[in-house]
Amino acid sequence: MRWLLVKDVQILRRSPLLVSLLVLYPVAIALLIGLALSRGPERPRVAFLNQVPPGQSTISLGNENINAAKYASQLFQSIQPVRVRSRQEAIDAVNSGRALAALIIPSDITRKLSSGLEPGEVEVVYNGDAVKQSFVESTISSKLADANAALADKLKQVGLQDVDLLLNGGTFDLFGRSVPILGLRATRTIIAAELARLKPGSPERGALGRVDRFARLAVNNLDLSKQALATISQPVTVKRTLLHGRRTPLDAFAVAVAVTVSLMFVCVLLGAGMLALEREENAFARLVRGLVSRESLLAEKVCLSGGCAFAASLLMLVGIGAFVGLNWGRFGLWVAALAVGALAFAALGVAIGALAREVRAASLLGLLLTLPLAFLALVPSGAVAVGVYDAIRVISALFPFKPALQALDAALNDTRPGVGISLLHLAGLAVAFGTIARLSLRRFA
Amino acid sequence: MAVSTPPRAPAPLAAHHLTKRFGQRVALSDVSLDVRVGERLAVIGPNGAGKTTLLAILAGVLAADEGSVSRETRALGWVPQQPAVYSKLSVAENLRLFARLERVADPEAAVGRMLEQTGLRERADDELGRLSGGNRQRVNIAIGLLADPPVLLLDEPSSALDPRQRERLWELIEGQASAGTSIVFSTHIVGEAERYGDRVLVLADGELVFTGTPEDLHAQEPAAARDFEAAFVAFLRARGH
Ligand SMILES: Nc1ncnc2c1ncn2[C@@H]1O[C@H](COP(=O)(O)OP(=O)(O)OP(=O)(O)O)[C@@H](O)[C@H]1O
Ligand SMILES: [Mg+2]
Repeated sequence: MRWLLVKDVQILRRSPLLVSLLVLYPVAIALLIGLALSRGPERPRVAFLNQVPPGQSTISLGNENINAAKYASQLFQSIQPVRVRSRQEAIDAVNSGRALAALIIPSDITRKLSSGLEPGEVEVVYNGDAVKQSFVESTISSKLADANAALADKLKQVGLQDVDLLLNGGTFDLFGRSVPILGLRATRTIIAAELARLKPGSPERGALGRVDRFARLAVNNLDLSKQALATISQPVTVKRTLLHGRRTPLDAFAVAVAVTVSLMFVCVLLGAGMLALEREENAFARLVRGLVSRESLLAEKVCLSGGCAFAASLLMLVGIGAFVGLNWGRFGLWVAALAVGALAFAALGVAIGALAREVRAASLLGLLLTLPLAFLALVPSGAVAVGVYDAIRVISALFPFKPALQALDAALNDTRPGVGISLLHLAGLAVAFGTIARLSLRRFA
Repeated sequence: MAVSTPPRAPAPLAAHHLTKRFGQRVALSDVSLDVRVGERLAVIGPNGAGKTTLLAILAGVLAADEGSVSRETRALGWVPQQPAVYSKLSVAENLRLFARLERVADPEAAVGRMLEQTGLRERADDELGRLSGGNRQRVNIAIGLLADPPVLLLDEPSSALDPRQRERLWELIEGQASAGTSIVFSTHIVGEAERYGDRVLVLADGELVFTGTPEDLHAQEPAAARDFEAAFVAFLRARGH
């Protein structure tokens, strides 16, 4: 088997075109898939028109002044603003594609917000493209929600300060003058002292008692209202619970897909092609006449294609890791996922080679089979009818792409199901395809 | 009175009632044979007669549907009709690979010997894919001889060879046979069967229609006394082939 392996490596070394195709093609496909799956532009270009006159960008709320510019700069962190001077210019920018959308801040927004009675309104101009639209819409509306929440928080702070002042007293700034405020708690203390000094049955006692009861009620209820105010700023918060599937940053998932696709192509094409080559060169009959067993021949092809693919994809992963933040602490798991994945893909490859029997037919069959399988495995649940999705799940489970992707995704991103179960799945598939290959060799020569 | 027969070594290769079908087509029908030590057995017959099928079954590459073969697979050298060599490897690399797979004691020595015997020493480092058909065939034959097997099966070894190379080939085979190697070869050049075969086996449409010495075959068609080839053609024609 060792000599056969040496021979195959020699043959590969002398077929530079084949080898470069085998390496470049999957890398190109993988990059394309990675591009398609990765996020859109990190910061979309958005035309930005601010009609608020300079110097009027402060919103005064009670005792507080809020600078609207601070919220604008928050929004600018997630978009690439293209500054325009008029509404028409903003619309032109969207039409020409210079910007994905335009955001127009009207001049009266600070006045409206300061009044505290009317909500402020901003205008967003889109183009017709559905994908861009939803993308920009979600970006802008999520940022606006952030700004709303931040404003609401500010409003809450102001409200709380006012309630506090009313309860506990202090000083209040009014047109630059400090006005002392007594506060309800202090009021109650004074009244209680006065009540104690009055004789029982004195006529003032009834009136002061009523004032005291009101003050007590007010103190208690205003205390409660502080809690109510705290709730208003974020009435509902989201607690995420993940049942199945991934919660992977999209670009880390794209890395897993790209590397798995490369692993699959190199394994399948090399395994299928090199096995079929033994027959095309008429050497198969000579070899299995007692020189090597059919099992060893298959094992040799699995080692060859799996080994090459493993090395290529590990290199690719390490190369990508230099640019994309990957968790290097899990390197051992990467290796395990790639190695067992390579084994299963190589077994699929030799099965294809044994069935197809000719190099060209084997390569064609390899491509025809693996490409749709990869796409099937990427169909998200919910994108198709339940019955169709179940069928897709069954088909995907019968071939190594889905479990190999899950194993690598789990190794890279710590997703579920864990690495272990996917590796077991892959090992099972390796045995199954190895058996199919062995059975097909009966009518190989 | 007991008739004393000369003591005979057991036949190193024997086949009994071999039948092989490919679907409806009967490629071989009830063929039996045995080969003695150092004997050269020529298999002749028209295209599609079943020569390759017979040799492949003897070599253990193909399984017969009926009948049996007694032999030791590893002790057989087999030279297939289609060269079974790696076209991306050089002559020497092909020989070295198969010498190692055959577990020849000294692979390098075996490679050197074969390069010498086939006269391919100057082409040792050329890729097989760049050699002419005849030279590929010479490597194909050399691989079959590498392990110095006691029985050698050659399927049309002389096809694609020029007359000088053919001469060399038969010298080589004569040498092997006189050293005790049993040889079974097929050929379309019936003159070779007459000259180099101790016995001739004639196949037609999968049936064994004649076994005997070339002289016996010749004697069957006295009218075609001119040459062996004419006798062979007349023999087949008389039997409707
Ligand atoms: N793999 C196969 N599948 C189907 N039929 C086959 C196969 N191999 C051989 N045959 C058929 O078996 C018959 C015998 O073929 P074989 O190759 O043994 O003939 P041959 O005597 O060697 O012919 P040639 O002199 O042309 O080499 C032919 O009719 C052929 O078509
Ligand atoms: Mg033939």
